[in-house]
Amino acid sequence: MIRRAALAASAAAVIALVLLWVLTIPEVVPASVLPPHTPDLDNGKVMFAIGGCASCHATPNADSAKIVRTELGGGLALPSPFGTFYVPNISPDLVDGIGAWSEADFVTALWKGTSPRGRHLFPAFPYPSFQHMELADVRDLFAYLKTLPPVPGRVRRHDLAFPFSIRRLVGLWKLLFLHGGPYTPDPGQSAQLNRGAYLVNGPGHCAECHSPRNLLGAIIDSERFAGGPAADGKSWVPNITPAGLRRSADDHMAWSQKDVASYLADGFDPSGDYAGGAMVEVIRNTSLLPAADLAAIGAYVASLPPRQGPKPPGKK
Amino acid sequence: MIRTIFVVAAISLGVCTAIAQQDTIAARKALMKANGDQANIGVAMMKGEAPFDIDKVHKIFAAWQDAAAKMPSLFPDNSKEGGETAADPKIWANLDDVKARFAKLGADAKDADAKVTDLNSFKAAFGNIGKNDCGGCHQQYRIKKS
Repeated sequence: MIRRAALAASAAAVIALVLLWVLTIPEVVPASVLPPHTPDLDNGKVMFAIGGCASCHATPNADSAKIVRTELGGGLALPSPFGTFYVPNISPDLVDGIGAWSEADFVTALWKGTSPRGRHLFPAFPYPSFQHMELADVRDLFAYLKTLPPVPGRVRRHDLAFPFSIRRLVGLWKLLFLHGGPYTPDPGQSAQLNRGAYLVNGPGHCAECHSPRNLLGAIIDSERFAGGPAADGKSWVPNITPAGLRRSADDHMAWSQKDVASYLADGFDPSGDYAGGAMVEVIRNTSLLPAADLAAIGAYVASLPPRQGPKPPGKK
Repeated sequence: MIRTIFVVAAISLGVCTAIAQQDTIAARKALMKANGDQANIGVAMMKGEAPFDIDKVHKIFAAWQDAAAKMPSLFPDNSKEGGETAADPKIWANLDDVKARFAKLGADAKDADAKVTDLNSFKAAFGNIGKNDCGGCHQQYRIKKS
């Protein structure tokens, strides 16, 4: 009796594990589906700026003025509720970076969150946003990255708490939370608004910081852009919907699209205050964008539906 | 009687400390707000929304030098808390660096004051101070808690 029950239970467990294994097979973009493409390095440089790659991947330095944006040796520690992630080397170094990656490898990483060896990447790398990037932009970015100097030095492995350290389980996370694909323009909106929506939701990945997350670390969709705690738990990232961006503490007017574009260009907010914390790093990148793209981002952010997000601790 | 005096003294000391903490924090915030108000005038000129005015330019750099001179002494140990402040606790672990940054702000503002003659030279000097002096310090030491 007990032996039959035990056998049945073992069989069920084996079936469950096989099912789990199949459901979590990492997706890959094969080279055969990539049409011929001539890389546009100027576009790649714009993608590098709006993507903010340097902010995470540049070799860190205690003196932020000494960080070289084009030296992508990785190593920055990113504390999170799941443990500490260590940002990898994405310089074109053949051994320690992505020098040996194919174009398809890079597209697979940004669109599917899968490594060239076929393993899931942790979504601390914001591929849930990068999956919305157009194929040409991803390929141009890859071409641009390959022009940067190789930086030797492999980065240490992440330091994550069990069971978050099990990469295969990210496959389940992806089933639950990774939906969509390249951005499809809205024919009912202007070209500028579409461009802004694309830059913000795709390469800009603004929502990754400016949104609250659930217990499994996924963005709470209904509160996207409504602010939340920073990943390291030490500071608060503001609500950037019109409900959050007020021109001053006692002002009822939300930031205009010109206010947003101007802030991203030179760091000064509508009251003359200069940006602080992690946003300074973002502006170091966005200040390099063409004026038309900044205007598009401003138009889109100012057009977001006003949303209330979580309340910061201590605020009534 | 003696006990009452002690209790009153203790409460007064506590209240005085709280007021002192709040005064220091309020003083810091007032100086920073003044910096921002002046910066706003500069930004309008940079963007071409207001005409270039050399008197206003001098006022901006004078205000920044004033703040740079006064701020370093406004970080006593007891002012880490006691009011709503965006001053990151890291400041007190790196007080030398923080003071050096204020010295640099003052020096850069003084330099700019002497050198700026027209809109182009103003844009260069103002932009540099904003990005490196304001931004550099804010990036490390300003923490948004709400």
